[in-house]
Amino acid sequence: MNYVIIGNSAAGIGAVEGIRLLDRDGKITVISSEQEHVYSRPLISYYLSGQVELAKLKYRPDNFYEQNGVEALLGDRVLRVAPAEKGLELQSGQRVTYDKLLIATGGQPFIPPLKGQSGENVFSFTKLDDARSLLAQIKDLKEKKIEGQAVILGAGLIGLKAAEALIKAKLKVTVVELSERILSTILDEQAAALLQSHLEEHGVDFILGDTITEFGGNSNHLKVNLKSGGILDCNLAVIAVGVKPNIPNITDNLIVSKQGLLINQQMETSQADIYAAGDVAEGYDMLKGLRRVIPLWPNAYNQGLVAGQNMAGGNASYDEGFARNAISFFGLPVITAGIIDPPAEDLAAKAGYEVLTTGCLEKKTYKKVVLRENRMVGFINLNAVDRAGILTGLIKEKRDLGGLKDQLLSNDFGYLSFAEEWRREKLWKG
Amino acid sequence: MQESRREETLRMKRIYALEEHCLGCKLCEVYCVASHSVSKDLVKAHKTEEITPRVIIESSGDTSFALQCRHCDDAPCARACITGAMQKDPVTGIVSCDSERCVGCWTCIMACPYGAIRRDKYGRSIISKCDLCAEEGEPSCVSHCPNNALIYKELEANERGVE
Ligand SMILES: Cc1cc2nc3c(=O)[nH]c(=O)nc-3n(C[C@H](O)[C@H](O)[C@H](O)COP(=O)(O)OP(=O)(O)OC[C@H]3O[C@@H](n4cnc5c(N)ncnc54)[C@H](O)[C@@H]3O)c2cc1C
Ligand code: SF4
Ligand code: SF4
Repeated sequence: MNYVIIGNSAAGIGAVEGIRLLDRDGKITVISSEQEHVYSRPLISYYLSGQVELAKLKYRPDNFYEQNGVEALLGDRVLRVAPAEKGLELQSGQRVTYDKLLIATGGQPFIPPLKGQSGENVFSFTKLDDARSLLAQIKDLKEKKIEGQAVILGAGLIGLKAAEALIKAKLKVTVVELSERILSTILDEQAAALLQSHLEEHGVDFILGDTITEFGGNSNHLKVNLKSGGILDCNLAVIAVGVKPNIPNITDNLIVSKQGLLINQQMETSQADIYAAGDVAEGYDMLKGLRRVIPLWPNAYNQGLVAGQNMAGGNASYDEGFARNAISFFGLPVITAGIIDPPAEDLAAKAGYEVLTTGCLEKKTYKKVVLRENRMVGFINLNAVDRAGILTGLIKEKRDLGGLKDQLLSNDFGYLSFAEEWRREKLWKG
Repeated sequence: MQESRREETLRMKRIYALEEHCLGCKLCEVYCVASHSVSKDLVKAHKTEEITPRVIIESSGDTSFALQCRHCDDAPCARACITGAMQKDPVTGIVSCDSERCVGCWTCIMACPYGAIRRDKYGRSIISKCDLCAEEGEPSCVSHCPNNALIYKELEANERGVE
């Protein structure tokens, strides 16, 4: 069997490991436009801030490709996929054929059309190379003895991770965000406000409800024009308003919905022998009951692992997709999963939602659980993350919580909170 | 090349708690710390080495028991780990974390359905979890429980789900 994987990141590596569970001999080729040995993308902010050195960004050991019998074509780009010929055309001119193909090309930064953005000091922040470019610019500023100022567009996960890293690299940072609150997709209003003030205490300035319209000035001294009319001076800017699926050029039509490549629970696309996984794919979200991109590392790895097994003739499926996230900023951790803020219309329509919260402003803690028909569908644990995975497990379990509900927010919520029989069932599994 | 194997077929010994024998004395925690210390000495380990226990003792009223990592077949923690620090050994089945590579992002804590992973108690950005005392043959908590409330064995099919 001749397996080809486009993408050398969470989903691609998951697929290599999935294939090797079932087939140790088949030929595997991994192609990536990035030069690097497989690295952890989330760690680029740790690298930028100096917390983690380059060698430790590796997601798998140096001999990973060798150990798994993988031919890695790194630093080459797939220009075209031709399903009719079961072939790929690479930038280098090389042609590659496959029996089974996985598209794990991830996402690429979405860059809104902004005027005057040609300047070299406007960055994205999704690749190791982006972190390298930012570091070079910071070094340059230091050599010129300029006190660096940065403007970041977007207060999502990536924008805020960039903000934290740049503060740690001793720059002044202003984050501009169109929404009225930060991290609006994974936090509710209360949690967002708490985290925002924590970030402000550590030096991040926020301008919410506003956006950038134009960049002026010269490359070392940018003038950032805001929609509200304000102007910010800075030496570098980072655009982090989101990522969109990075769908390669495919001659025959794979079904692409409004976002990514549509896949079923076996990670198959509509095209025979072509699978997709990770940030490029729209998989099933078990809580929302629809297919969508869930652009997170664990989701990408798990989808890849399932795709790989199925490419090797297995019968695996992944139907546990939902958003879940663990992040920390300046030592304040937060874990969130699932539906954390049911839409007002659903609450009004009495769609069976129940929301429980507790917290303490001084201690900067906040906990929230969201239930639907007495089943766990989401939670936020801000600065109270210990054992949060039990809640994630309950989401997957989809079981009626019965009386357990009243203990979910308690500080010593744990396995003793479960009824004895339920606890035994979980702990004496095998 | 890694051994070819199907998922969910790896059988291994695991630790099971017998609630009715547990007195909640926390000696398992004490010995866990010693076992993971450099000195291997009960007093020194607690006084001079900063070691986070890898076992979690739950107690409420007169029920208590010790909970350690279940070394799950599908190891959701390892599959979620963003750095690759958490790995399940395909041969022994032991799930362990390389603290040199762990960055303390707590993604594994988000993923572990047993709540078996602890954050380092001493403020370092690393996690702490049971490794079955991989170097010692038998987990130290099991061999030192004075009440025999912990057992270390491979369950037979008919024992699953029952005590
Ligand atoms: C700064 C930052 C922080 C993050 N933090 C977290 C976090 O804390 N937790 C979390 O869960 N998620 C986090 N994420 C998201 C996470 O990194 C992604 O969900 C994950 O990387 C998706 O993996 P993937 O394999 O689908 O694709 P990607 O990681 O995007 O990799 C795509 C691969 O495809 C290759 N490729 C693309 N196009 C081509 C082509 N035409 N030809 C050849 N190769 C190609 C690329 O070179 C790359 O190897 C973060 C992301 C960023 C940018
Ligand atoms: S840490 Fe948790 S998820 Fe990981 S193997 Fe142990 S019990 Fe399973
Ligand atoms: S805390 Fe450490 S072991 Fe856990 S997911 Fe993060 S890097 Fe991996």
